[in-house]
Amino acid sequence: MTEAMSSRARVARVVAGLKPSGIREFFDLVMSMDNLVTLGVGEPDFVTPWTIRESAMFALEHGKTSYTSNWGILELRESIADYVTRRFSVTYDPTCEILPTVGGSQGYDLILRAIIDPGDEVILHTPCYVAYEPMILLAGGVPVAVETSFDEGFRLDPRRLAARVTAKTKAILLNYPSNPTGTTFDRATLQAIADVAQEHDLILLSDEIYAELTYNGAHTSVAALPGARERTVVISGFSKAWAMTGWRIGYLAGPPDLIRAACRIHQYSMLCCPILSQLAALEALRSGGEPMREMVEKYEQRRRVIVTGLNEVGLPCHLPDGAFYAFPSIASTGLTSAQFCRKLLVEERVAIVPGSAFGAGGEGHVRCAYAASFDTIQRALEGIDRLMRRL
Amino acid sequence: MKQVLDLLRREARLSPREIADRLGISEPAAAAAVRKLEDDGVIVGYQALVRPDKADDGRLTGIIEVKVTPERNRGFDAIARRIYEFPEVKLCYLVSGGYDLLVFVEGDSLRDVADFVAEKLATLEHVTSTTTHFILRKYKESGVKLVDSAAADRLPVSP
Ligand SMILES: Cc1ncc(COP(=O)(O)O)c(C=O)c1O
Repeated sequence: MTEAMSSRARVARVVAGLKPSGIREFFDLVMSMDNLVTLGVGEPDFVTPWTIRESAMFALEHGKTSYTSNWGILELRESIADYVTRRFSVTYDPTCEILPTVGGSQGYDLILRAIIDPGDEVILHTPCYVAYEPMILLAGGVPVAVETSFDEGFRLDPRRLAARVTAKTKAILLNYPSNPTGTTFDRATLQAIADVAQEHDLILLSDEIYAELTYNGAHTSVAALPGARERTVVISGFSKAWAMTGWRIGYLAGPPDLIRAACRIHQYSMLCCPILSQLAALEALRSGGEPMREMVEKYEQRRRVIVTGLNEVGLPCHLPDGAFYAFPSIASTGLTSAQFCRKLLVEERVAIVPGSAFGAGGEGHVRCAYAASFDTIQRALEGIDRLMRRL
Repeated sequence: MKQVLDLLRREARLSPREIADRLGISEPAAAAAVRKLEDDGVIVGYQALVRPDKADDGRLTGIIEVKVTPERNRGFDAIARRIYEFPEVKLCYLVSGGYDLLVFVEGDSLRDVADFVAEKLATLEHVTSTTTHFILRKYKESGVKLVDSAAADRLPVSP
């Protein structure tokens, strides 16, 4: 009706053209049900550690309610720089190479808009986090997917990546450990990717928000590799490692020209991150190490339990390297991932997410988030087991 | 072994199978580790953590600060033993500070606990004074909250 009133479409073409997330209908169905056992949630089941919450209450009591600099609180930037050096061996100048953002989400919104001219291509590996393709499109870019598969453990083959580079390629967007596959990239793979970027003069965007949730050895940041730092922007945040999803606080770290460009957008579109969240993030870096390690230890144990369980009920699953997702194959059932998840939801009241939500290569899999209690994981596995026996 | 102990400290009822799954070791290895911890006397028991308000069995706990004069050559151990051997005594620590022994005494009533302190503790030869505090409400014990807390309301699915 409203559209008919005007000769021009009211909604911009790029927005109208965004594919409705393939699982909107499924999500709606989930939301309409209660008493669910859910492994569908992409956020920690823990609340933010008390020390962090307490510091925010203290800050509020003391009237910390104003804007901050566009760049955020300097002490926070310094603290992030220290942390990144300590954990990932990359050094950044806190005055111009680190920008606090409203979650990792605003981080890639800013950096994509900062680097993309209309028609520029951004290569990404799929299955991937649901927001990447829409964000690239909204920034005027063209997403180019390199599919990874179960058989290769969802690892990215740098040669296949290189084969997708064209004259229009502007950047490569990486995410490791990955949502939804849990796969991370080793140093050799990252070096090969960095070499591709160097050879074709591409920017590397590296979403490392799950870095602390790495279970097999230490996380390697691509920015730490020779020749990579000056072309890499790391996107990260506090949501996952410190269980701070609701605070909406993250950061970008990279070379000054790109971070300044991101801040130029940020100053107009956001002004600054919420001061309370900045102060909470500062406290996370000060005193949140121990509670974070305790949560990571729990995830690691749950990971083993769920992967063992999924394999036992007949859904082949790799042991993920990181994050809190198991991404088993459901190929043997002959169902699409949406059919499988719907059946599981309706018949067993267990919620997991269809792999088709995560782009090319996701079909034939389901995402089970193990950011859930052992009891929830056990009950979900029992539901999956019962369904599998009926199929 | 330390990892097994860390797990059992928090969740004493884990089966060897569960321990094995969580730590990525075999079930027999987990069972052996538990047995060794028990045989070596590292783990001396397993008890339920109980919320007194829910159990509602009228049990009452008194916390007694006990000052003593240590005995020559035997220090505090002998007098501590005279105290902790009583079954009413549920906890007994030697502590630094304004008094010497911290003692938890459990009884069916205030009277019970008060009588125990007056008749058994205060009368011991080396005890010079006692101060009794009654527990009114337990908020937390052994790292576990003993009060209701609202469940976090996460969305059931999110990307
Ligand atoms: C790979 C990945 N990047 C970024 C985000 C967004 O995180 P934030 O809460 O920091 O915006 C998520 C959230 O699920 C994610 O999985």
